[in-house]
Amino acid sequence: MSLPARISLLVVAFAAVVAVGAFVVLHYLFYNPPVENYASGVTPNTGATVHVVMQEDPQNTVSSHPDWVSYFIQNPQTKAWVHTTLFQVPAGSRIDMTIYGFDGCTPLRNPVWGQVTGTIGDLEYVNGKPYHQINSWSGCNVGHTFSIPGINLNVPMATPGLIQSAKPGLCATSPCQPGDPKAVPYRVMTFSFNSPHATGVYFWQCRVPCGGGFLTGFGGPMQTIGFMTGNMDVVS
Amino acid sequence: MAAEAPAPAQAGPSGEPNHGIRIFIPWLVLSVAADLVIWFVWGPHLPPGDMSSSASSQQFDIRVMAVMAAPVMLFVLIYFSYALIVWRHREGDEEDGPPIHGNTRIQATWITLTSVIVLGLFVFGTVQLIVPNGAGAGEGASPIWKPSGSTLQVQVIAQQWKFTYRYPQFGGFETTDLVLPVGQWVEFHVTSIDVIHSFWAYQLGVKADANPGVDNVAYTKINNAGSITVRCAELCGLWHGAMFDYGQAVSVSSFESWARSTEVRLAAVTKMLPPYATTYDPTVVAQMSKAMVAAGLTGAPGLYYPPTDPEQP
Repeated sequence: MSLPARISLLVVAFAAVVAVGAFVVLHYLFYNPPVENYASGVTPNTGATVHVVMQEDPQNTVSSHPDWVSYFIQNPQTKAWVHTTLFQVPAGSRIDMTIYGFDGCTPLRNPVWGQVTGTIGDLEYVNGKPYHQINSWSGCNVGHTFSIPGINLNVPMATPGLIQSAKPGLCATSPCQPGDPKAVPYRVMTFSFNSPHATGVYFWQCRVPCGGGFLTGFGGPMQTIGFMTGNMDVVS
Repeated sequence: MAAEAPAPAQAGPSGEPNHGIRIFIPWLVLSVAADLVIWFVWGPHLPPGDMSSSASSQQFDIRVMAVMAAPVMLFVLIYFSYALIVWRHREGDEEDGPPIHGNTRIQATWITLTSVIVLGLFVFGTVQLIVPNGAGAGEGASPIWKPSGSTLQVQVIAQQWKFTYRYPQFGGFETTDLVLPVGQWVEFHVTSIDVIHSFWAYQLGVKADANPGVDNVAYTKINNAGSITVRCAELCGLWHGAMFDYGQAVSVSSFESWARSTEVRLAAVTKMLPPYATTYDPTVVAQMSKAMVAAGLTGAPGLYYPPTDPEQP
């Protein structure tokens, strides 16, 4: 091979390696899960009602971290479960939340987060029964929380162990499918809150240290968008 | 720098102006003017303000520092400018400068002045830590400097990514609202239940590390009612930047009313909390594991992490 050919080959190979490296880095830095748009077709600041549906699973078999706990959000149009924690809601609206809780219990590090705050009436309903608080230390009661600090919202997520012993075991394949609770135990949490009139991104998180194996239980899925924390984007 | 300054007594060749006087007079005028402006005009607006005893003490410290620093900085700038203008190289001047072999008087003056400034700041800083009862900084679990008389105890519990506040003298209720009375010494007990944080109540001039297993005590006395901005001042994870809230300083009667009503309102929640303690060990929640085992349930990662955790994957 001639010298120019060898030089050309070397340059091309070097450029290819740089391009692949840049792609990997950029993809890692700028990748975000999809945003589920619950604001489409809703006039903001009119008090209109939007129904957001989510679920929390004991694992995540659709990602590269199958042993990480994770939330899923239902697409408002297709009703398909999407592996994301980003959603949009209209400003100044009533948000009716339904969250299916498939995961087992883990005690809150600070039991004060067993209190329901920021919802209408400071209430949540677990399988239709109203609760102002759930004690995570007195039994196998709380799996996770859905908390939006920016609006002082905190809702503990009950587990199947709240009112029954889930002998069959937990859902093993994500996204879990609500159906016969005897086959796959779960709880249904419903609550409502008013989205703020001020547009912007409001982060939300879980307050249960459910990142097992990580520093203080708050690493891994707890600090990764798309698993146990995300954003509620309030738009107008 | 002062050692390089030509002494007025060492005037150069005949006809050489007295450089020392030409530098000293503008320096003196500008220093006096700057110090007056700093103390009377700028000083009252320097951070962190005068909302509390510790804040006003810190503001006083910064004013004193600024008043001391301004003449030093002005001397450097004036000397530098004077040298650039007067002693610049001129066209056709190839002559060497005079051979100077030190000046005892200038050296002694320089060493004395700088020593006085540094030692004075050392003494001033130490006194300023003692007088305002620790100056709003965390003094650890056994504070050396503490106010006399009764204090309002407020426990600050840091966690990813929120501060909560517990009032042991009001039944031990815990809330996300920081409300404090004006005119009463407040005794903060700052701790964390996960990673390291730092409790920084800006307008109060209070800043104390929040470390797990550590009771870090800080004192302040609020002078004026108003809003208090609280921020975490220690990088603590993904949402560290969002770990802030706003407290309120109110009259004693308003505080008492708020505390009593909140104690009643949160009574059911308070029952869920562990007994008030200066620190909280998350491994005490091991009792919960039994409940989970009894229920036959685990989350994907297993039970609550054992005492051997935390560990990195």
